[in-house]
Amino acid sequence: MILGIDVGGTHTDAVLIENLVVKRKTKVPTDEKNLLNSLLAVTTNLLRDEQPEKLERVVLSTTISTNAIVQKKTDRVGMILISGPGLPPSLLPVHEDSIHIRGYSNHRGAEMAAIDPEEVAQASRRFQEKEIRHLGVVGKFSTRNPKQETVVRDLLDGSYRHISMGHRLSGHLNFPRRIATTYLNESIWRRYNTFITQIQGFVRDQGITVPIYILKADGGTFDIEHSREFPVQTILSGPAASIMGILSMARCRRDAVALDMGGTTTDIALFADGVPLLEPFGVTIEGHKTLIRGLKTKSIGVGGDSLVSVTDGRLQIGPVREGPAYACGGPCPTPTDAMIVLGMTDIGDALLARRAMEDIGRQLNMGIEDAARAVYEETCRIVSAAVTSMVEEVNNKPVYTIHEILEGKKLIPKTLFVVGGPAGAIAPRMAELLGCPAQIPEHAEVANAIGAALARTTAEMTLLADTEQQLLTIAEDGYQEAIPARFTRADAIRIGQDRLRKKVMAMGAREEDLEIEVIEDMEFNMVKQFYTTGKNIRVKVQVKPGLIAGFTEGGKA
Amino acid sequence: MTKKPRKTGLIFFPAFDWAISPTHPEREERLLYTQDQVFEEGLLDFENILEFKPGMATVEDINRAHICVPDARSVITESHLISAGGAITAADKVLRKEVDNAFALVRPPGHHAMLVVHGARGFCNINIEAVMVEYIRKHYGIRKVAIVDTDCHHGDGTQDIYWNDPDTLCISIHQDGRTLYPGTGFPEEMGGPNALGYTINIPLPPRTSDEGFLYTLENAILPILDDFQPELIINSAGQDNHYSDPITNMRFSARGYALLNDRLSPDIAVLEGGYSIEKALPYVNMGIILAMAGLDYDSVREPDFHAESLRQSDELTRKIERDVAEIHRLWKSRHSLKKKMVGDSRYTRRRKGIYYDTDGISEHQEETVRICEDCGGLVLIDSQADTGKRIYAVIIPHHACPACRLEGEDFFGKIPVQQYSHVYLQDRDKDNFQVKSR
Ligand SMILES: [Zn+2]
Ligand SMILES: [Zn+2]
Ligand SMILES: [Zn+2]
Repeated sequence: MILGIDVGGTHTDAVLIENLVVKRKTKVPTDEKNLLNSLLAVTTNLLRDEQPEKLERVVLSTTISTNAIVQKKTDRVGMILISGPGLPPSLLPVHEDSIHIRGYSNHRGAEMAAIDPEEVAQASRRFQEKEIRHLGVVGKFSTRNPKQETVVRDLLDGSYRHISMGHRLSGHLNFPRRIATTYLNESIWRRYNTFITQIQGFVRDQGITVPIYILKADGGTFDIEHSREFPVQTILSGPAASIMGILSMARCRRDAVALDMGGTTTDIALFADGVPLLEPFGVTIEGHKTLIRGLKTKSIGVGGDSLVSVTDGRLQIGPVREGPAYACGGPCPTPTDAMIVLGMTDIGDALLARRAMEDIGRQLNMGIEDAARAVYEETCRIVSAAVTSMVEEVNNKPVYTIHEILEGKKLIPKTLFVVGGPAGAIAPRMAELLGCPAQIPEHAEVANAIGAALARTTAEMTLLADTEQQLLTIAEDGYQEAIPARFTRADAIRIGQDRLRKKVMAMGAREEDLEIEVIEDMEFNMVKQFYTTGKNIRVKVQVKPGLIAGFTEGGKA
Repeated sequence: MTKKPRKTGLIFFPAFDWAISPTHPEREERLLYTQDQVFEEGLLDFENILEFKPGMATVEDINRAHICVPDARSVITESHLISAGGAITAADKVLRKEVDNAFALVRPPGHHAMLVVHGARGFCNINIEAVMVEYIRKHYGIRKVAIVDTDCHHGDGTQDIYWNDPDTLCISIHQDGRTLYPGTGFPEEMGGPNALGYTINIPLPPRTSDEGFLYTLENAILPILDDFQPELIINSAGQDNHYSDPITNMRFSARGYALLNDRLSPDIAVLEGGYSIEKALPYVNMGIILAMAGLDYDSVREPDFHAESLRQSDELTRKIERDVAEIHRLWKSRHSLKKKMVGDSRYTRRRKGIYYDTDGISEHQEETVRICEDCGGLVLIDSQADTGKRIYAVIIPHHACPACRLEGEDFFGKIPVQQYSHVYLQDRDKDNFQVKSR
């Protein structure tokens, strides 16, 4: 049995899954003041009359990190930045507690300017004066050589409650994003760790001894203890949970679109051959562009409760929501009212819905039914246009090899999955507009909890082998080793797969879920004066986002 | 320094799977560290820097700018179509006003490719700027274009293609041809009889530094552009003037390149040469992108930069000042020069030998131009290469006058095909390309 829990902003959903089938499900309002209360309610509901020894694992998707950032319940963080030449500080995402120090490593990880320990000590004194207890250390190109970040950390170790280093959070290049990611990780570190301690205590009190996992933004999980060091990985795991849930119920191996229409917004996600697409650089939260690997979603301001109005004879849907549908006691006409008039749903008061559409009809010079039809049509059109533009954007993503230009795969959705309140009403028309059949998956109302329950442990690893310097670097692990001049790309791939396997096992993965793939694999000659002096080998491996074994093979939830 | 940000399009195509040969300067790795720098500095996250995927140029696009022997397909590979296509994408984005300016950071380069193409020279097969300019003229009806070639090598291919076109101002600054490939690009090369003065060459002595480049820009290039009033300025942005470049001898810096781009303010920049792939390209490209986007580039600096050791001598400064004054004088006297040069002749003829260093081909060419007061003039080319191929080409210029057109069509009809492997008609005005073969 697997217990999947999604602690969302409004509801806490939970499912109990046995033999890959949803055995029980529950939904309670989230107690913002004390999340443990909500957890207690759902576990009590689901585990009542169950034999605790049958439980294999618990997976939790939580908004704690997201909310801490959104509500600015964060700690003050001193940032030490090793920026070197390039972008001026005015163009970097820095705040008043950032200090730039000397030092620089270049694109190959070669140290071009050294760290000055006295300068580090001085910076630290300034933070201590301000009583800053948390520190972030970020260097340009630190993913190519983590040494300078480590030197700074070692100099200041013990003087702070906790220190985050940029190179540990992602193997990708992007200094401004590395700064933002490191800052966020450190700023929520204390709050997150307090929460995790509480969860672990709560679980122990319930007599549960099985492994506990936390869902990440990429729709994968990691072990709760492992998550303590990387709280920023858990931001935006809510939308990820829904997408993974849809994936589990849809059991789709093709290109597909998932639509989640709520009251205020509609979230769109895409699948390529059944694998959810990731953001190319990293997710964005509250304007912070990060390096956190996350599922690609697009949110548009159109939902069932969007405000419908008429301006200059033209219909306007959203982006604001003034309240529920008019038929459900809300203040203004909404798409839901249109759907009620058209007989597509039987919620609310049909007379009120007609009154809302009558009002719109008067402004458009048409009857009630025609007005409802127009509102419904415009709602579907906006969503379908957003899907089309998202697909187009993915297909126009720049590529860097001739091979990819000539043979590049194009995403062509073959299936449409629709969840959310108005799913039944919009699905047929969305199918027509997008030219592919629509499905409404089962248990859609607890999709996020199912997604959390069934997600596999994921991770990514970036290797850089420089045979001229005879050095292999895996920055995310803070790992460097000497390699022979004859080191090959095949060696790099082998080491990458091997180390990634060990890493995800330590993060709580199960052997049968390890679907490791090579996502980048390049090799360049380094030439001096027309002679090859070495090779620059770049390899990225990942456990791709997906469901635990058994599920991908056609189990049933 | 505060500036107004501009919307800049970036067409980045490093062609990680294409090389002339594994150790050739024009190889897979060339833009690798530039990509590293662009990614690490987070340039693609700026709201005013938009990256676009390059389109692919077509054979028709190439035939507007070149006479390829025997045809376009046989002198190019897919990589050239993407490289030229990248330049075209840059042009489309600018002319459709999706962006304020654009930089095609693509390879392979093209500015040594001439009008007639028997093979590759100076790492170039087709001239990606010229293909782009002709595309722009066809699709956007733009007439007056200025191409400023800031590559360290003379842009001899671009010069050749626009030699007889008074609507295309070709300015090339480069290391003195007596000290560097291709050995041309002297001030007295000023264009054909009907376009005299619209080819401008500014050779600079070896070891010229930022100071010299910027002086030339301020005192020659910008005033001339101001007189010419182009509808579009294109920068052939070679980066081999950099002090660390392995195949040249100049002392230009990344910050210098940024300053130059900022002041020149091109609508479109297209990457040309530049082979210091680790020590120069990442920083130069960063500087150019920031300058084009109107962002602060003051902190862009090579890690090993020492201004003092790169300073140019006073003697060199004075030489540049004298040369620049002469360039300006030539430009001002361009109208009177034509009379002196052509006198009463109806045609001019020039013979030239062209060596394709990359492919080891030699070509002999005879170019005949009809003297005309009303248009760029009909151009007739007889070209023979040591590959055994001999071709004849009739070029009818943009905005051709009736006389030049009539004569050109007449020539194409009458030319004895037996003597040539192919006879071509490139009607730039009607966008018509025809081939006859025996
Ligand atoms: Zn030049
Ligand atoms: Zn060059
Ligand atoms: Zn004429």
